[in-house]
Amino acid sequence: MSAPKRRVWIRTIVGAAAAGALIGSAWAQETLKIGLLANLEGPFAVPGQDGYRGAEMALKEKNGMAGGKKIEFVKVSSDATPDKAVAMTRKAVEQDKVQIMIGPLSGDEGIAVKNYAKTKPDITFINGSSGAQATTLSDPAPNFYRFNTEGAQWMVGLGEHALGKGYKKMFLISEDYGFPYSQVQGFMASYCAKGGKVVDKAWVPLGTKDYASVIAKIPKDVDALLVVLGGSDAVNFLTQYEQAGGNKPMVGGSITVDQTVLNYKGKRRESLLGTSSAGPMADSIDTPEWKKFVADYKAQFKDGFPSPSLFAYLYYINTRAALEALDAVKGDLSNGQKAYRAALQKTSFKGPAGEVKIDANRNGVGTTYITEVTKAPDGSFYNKVVKTVPNISQTLGLPEAEFKKMGLGSRDVPDCRK
Amino acid sequence: MSAAHWRRAMNSAATAAAPTMRSPAARLPRARATSPASLPADAMPSWLARGVARIRPRHVIVLVALVLYPFVASPFFTYQIGAQSLALGLIALSLTFLGGYGGMVSLAQMTVAGVAGYGIAIFGTSSFPAISLGWPWWLAASFAIAAATVFAAAVGWLSVRTEGIYTIMITLAIGVAFFYLAQQNYTVFNGFQGFSKVGAPELFGIDFKEPVAFYFVALACALAGYFLVRHLVRAPFGVALQGIRDNPRRMASLGYHVTAHRVAAYAVAGLLAATGGVLMVWYNGRISPGTVNLAQMISILIIAVLGGMKHPVGAFVGAILYVLLQNFAIDLFIRERFNLVIGGVFLAVVLFSPDGLLGLWAKLRSGLIRPQTSQQKRRPP
Repeated sequence: MSAPKRRVWIRTIVGAAAAGALIGSAWAQETLKIGLLANLEGPFAVPGQDGYRGAEMALKEKNGMAGGKKIEFVKVSSDATPDKAVAMTRKAVEQDKVQIMIGPLSGDEGIAVKNYAKTKPDITFINGSSGAQATTLSDPAPNFYRFNTEGAQWMVGLGEHALGKGYKKMFLISEDYGFPYSQVQGFMASYCAKGGKVVDKAWVPLGTKDYASVIAKIPKDVDALLVVLGGSDAVNFLTQYEQAGGNKPMVGGSITVDQTVLNYKGKRRESLLGTSSAGPMADSIDTPEWKKFVADYKAQFKDGFPSPSLFAYLYYINTRAALEALDAVKGDLSNGQKAYRAALQKTSFKGPAGEVKIDANRNGVGTTYITEVTKAPDGSFYNKVVKTVPNISQTLGLPEAEFKKMGLGSRDVPDCRK
Repeated sequence: MSAAHWRRAMNSAATAAAPTMRSPAARLPRARATSPASLPADAMPSWLARGVARIRPRHVIVLVALVLYPFVASPFFTYQIGAQSLALGLIALSLTFLGGYGGMVSLAQMTVAGVAGYGIAIFGTSSFPAISLGWPWWLAASFAIAAATVFAAAVGWLSVRTEGIYTIMITLAIGVAFFYLAQQNYTVFNGFQGFSKVGAPELFGIDFKEPVAFYFVALACALAGYFLVRHLVRAPFGVALQGIRDNPRRMASLGYHVTAHRVAAYAVAGLLAATGGVLMVWYNGRISPGTVNLAQMISILIIAVLGGMKHPVGAFVGAILYVLLQNFAIDLFIRERFNLVIGGVFLAVVLFSPDGLLGLWAKLRSGLIRPQTSQQKRRPP
């Protein structure tokens, strides 16, 4: 490249950059920026995209306005690691100067962002879809709000349901990290109190491919398996269990028998019929609010899933709460966002899957749906709602002192073996 | 084909590649010849005199800019861009030293940094007092760095008998093994969750978690690492190491202990990576297996290659570009596909300049000053 040519080229680039900066700043003037953190990379890239969709739905319902201001999302992306989640939250808060931050997606990210929130008392943080118990139970941040319920709450009621089906002794297979610990605790808290026993627990690392040693350990005399695995881990386990000739009925976690698993092909698929699980929403809730939510989702996102995922739903309710509180204070974020936070605390609405409100720790109190895998007339499988458990608190219905005595869920809490 | 055949093939390939790899050493005599000889030799110690004689205006400008930077930039740019680039750059510098001067490309440098990071969480204080020993920060930091250096020397001792792609494979295996160990061990590494609340200490009334204070800690470590490498590659050890890189057999026949030099190079690189690792953990305030996973191991290689492996400063230049892209690629035109932008830039840099950004800079400079002779200057006969 000759020298004059190169100079022209450099000038063009500089000019383009300057023009881009000008357009960017002019656009930002009469808008209110809200940071939006989900995942566009890493193991949750696909669910993360659905999270963005959920947030966009909430904003579109309000025609892009809240509190009299035009709302602009500043999207940032993490890869499901806490380091990246904090780095990207910091970028949105300190560099893009957002005043409200929505996110993150997964449990450990949530704890890390909550800790960061403490260093920025003037910014309000609202959860995306993270569901770790510790985020709001131990050492909570006064400016971190979570309108969704978390992993343990999602399993409340499933224990009684399993007992009702006659499962008195169970064997647990679960991934070995925070979210499944919470899920297992939510199940066991009522299951064990009412006489059920989990005779042994197999904790496997996230991303385990070979379950042969786990399957060999399953005792012959258990009534059912409690399987708290997600995504490809669930598919791998189910396939290998089928090949090993296993035939025990199963109870699943909130992300164990979702659409990705129900859509897989194999003989074992038939035996999934009747598998119970529980979660904060289900594909087949029979209310007008849910049906409208699904219809809106389908209309707005041609490239989305056949039906909104858990992540779309959770981002939707959290974003909607953030926007409704903005409406309530007419966009007033002055005085350290005092008025806005008071409004958030009072925010309560009828969401697509039941009432949305928060407790004194700023954590959601909500409904859990107990479902069973059922065959639709067209041959496809779906999760049919068999029971609805409303108003579940973060202490799983126990008095706070009693819950604190049990402690947060972990490998050995609760024990439930004896 | 037997192992001996492979070894011979790799050796001849290394010899063929040697002329292009030799440039730092080749540049050395020229730099000495042009240095001002007017300084009185007896006024100061000879090593200092030589050091002062090498200072150029651009060195002073860069140093002043680095010191003034946090007072001009916002806390975000000071901390997330500046301090992170320095910490990552220091880890990448260890690879530049190993790869550029020792001819050994190790993927385990992030693992070494991770060992130091886990060390400081385990010896020092964290959110898990059941595991953390709670030693004072200086003791924890020195033990962590020492442990990681020993670990690096052990990695070196294992892998120096291999060459080229086999070194990459064995260090990759060690790194991945360490990742799974950290993820599955709960008694020492605390599994998937790792450790949080592992911050920089408070000292003399200064909280080193604050952006500006932490920036200067990172800057001090990075400069120390940089000058250590600059010094080492001119010292007899470094010259011997470059000789070993270019022709290990000849060096062995001259009486040099090739294996010992290589293991020592791993240990030195380990010291740099460990220091960077401690900075990384202080920067993030936490460490978990995700900090040392495969993607992170490869990102260190990307940083080193992006910057250019022919000069120690390349590691830091690469780190700045890497960190800027990680933070701002999402603001460019395609938000949902920002990794495409990152990949595209990496590809473009490597495609247009095999020597990374430093090579690009050298091309640009020689092109601007003497467009006619640039070709001859880049390829000395």
